[in-house]
Amino acid sequence: MDNKIRMKARDVNFYYGTAQILNGINLDIFANNVTAIIGPSGCGKSTFIRLLNRMHELVPNARLEGSITLDGSDIMADAVDPVEIRRKVGMVFQKPNPFPKSIFENIAYGLEINGTRNKQFIEDKVVESLKKAALWHEVEKRLHDSALRLSGGQQQRLCIARCLAIEPEVILFDEPCASLDPISTHKVEELILELKKVYTIVIVTHNMQQAARVSDHTGFFYMGKLVEFGRTEDIFTRPREKRTEDYITGRFG
Amino acid sequence: MGRHFREELEQLNSDLLKMDALAEEAVAKAVAALRDRDPVAARAVIDNDSRVDELELVIDERCLDLIARYQPMASDLRFITTGMRLNGELERIADIAVDIAERVIVMARDPFVKPLVDIPRLTAVAQKMVKMAIDAFIARDSEIAKQVLFLDPEADSLRDAIHKELVEEHMMKDPATAERAVQLLLIARFLERVCDHATYIAEDVIYMIKAEVVKHHPERL
Repeated sequence: MDNKIRMKARDVNFYYGTAQILNGINLDIFANNVTAIIGPSGCGKSTFIRLLNRMHELVPNARLEGSITLDGSDIMADAVDPVEIRRKVGMVFQKPNPFPKSIFENIAYGLEINGTRNKQFIEDKVVESLKKAALWHEVEKRLHDSALRLSGGQQQRLCIARCLAIEPEVILFDEPCASLDPISTHKVEELILELKKVYTIVIVTHNMQQAARVSDHTGFFYMGKLVEFGRTEDIFTRPREKRTEDYITGRFG
Repeated sequence: MGRHFREELEQLNSDLLKMDALAEEAVAKAVAALRDRDPVAARAVIDNDSRVDELELVIDERCLDLIARYQPMASDLRFITTGMRLNGELERIADIAVDIAERVIVMARDPFVKPLVDIPRLTAVAQKMVKMAIDAFIARDSEIAKQVLFLDPEADSLRDAIHKELVEEHMMKDPATAERAVQLLLIARFLERVCDHATYIAEDVIYMIKAEVVKHHPERL
């Protein structure tokens, strides 16, 4: 599905203070596709994905050069509200981080602080989001239980539901299954494959088989550079760069 | 994907070379039995084929096992899938040696309908093509593999020449020679099939090395 491009990184350099973390990144994120970012620890992949919704701005001494656009518009422009970017480009983290509230309130919260007051609308949205996150049937009878009583896999799907409720366009996943058991991992991967029909997805993963299973395109990062980017089946059967070949065949990393 | 995986890949490589040795030996012994009109030697080729079959099964199992356990990627994946294909091709070549050996037994000690001239030539081409294809695999050299593909038309011409001579110079002129002539005709066809299998091996080796598919697409060579 090589259709239009939702986000573009162009000539991105990124620094924490004087240390250069990312160097000359040029990458396209295709609409309704899953783009996987792989590479060894410390290669800059988590740093890169955080640029896509301006999370890097929460870190002092962070400096970005180059541009990142969403539908052609620079997301870093002064006139752009970072909160609005983080609504449109949502994020799911490695360790599930539900609020210490009920399952219902976890999802309602985002809607409420964005100004939604209509109780019926909120209730419908909570149900819809839980269904989209493939969690509804497991929690429908206990919406007012604490979210912290859910299993790790369920908490992660709750975080996905929370993200979906505020109607993002792009969803970023930073090693979403790293703390999940194999069955929960499988459920989240199946969910990602469903979600891409509606959303655009970027996933950082250190698990190459996961990248091979769920993604349409894969970018290989090494020491702050994008070494190779291509269709997932090409990257994993016939990579062009020797470093990509060495990494995915386990010769290093 | 460390040392253990690499060692298992080495083992697969060894097994494939063993398979090749068995297949090339089967062909060599079958054509020697033909040359010597030796049904006992031919019988030995037929009896030995079960060893080839068993090794084919072992190699197939090893390849599946490697894929299931290690989820290999890129060049490792291409090596393993090519290994499975080579395994099948070499087993077919050994089967063709059996087919030749069976003709030798049928012909028993009857004189050949004519002195063998082109059949030994075709035999030499077939053995050369198989050896080169495996050399290409061992050396990971796609240029050697290409040379195998360029030899195939010579094999086809020799088979056609043998066919023409046997039919026109012998079967049509003296129908009493038909039974013996047909045996030689079949052997020519079998040898040409060995050449075909060598070209399939060469095509697979090119894919393994370069990730380029030339199978069914000679224009890409």
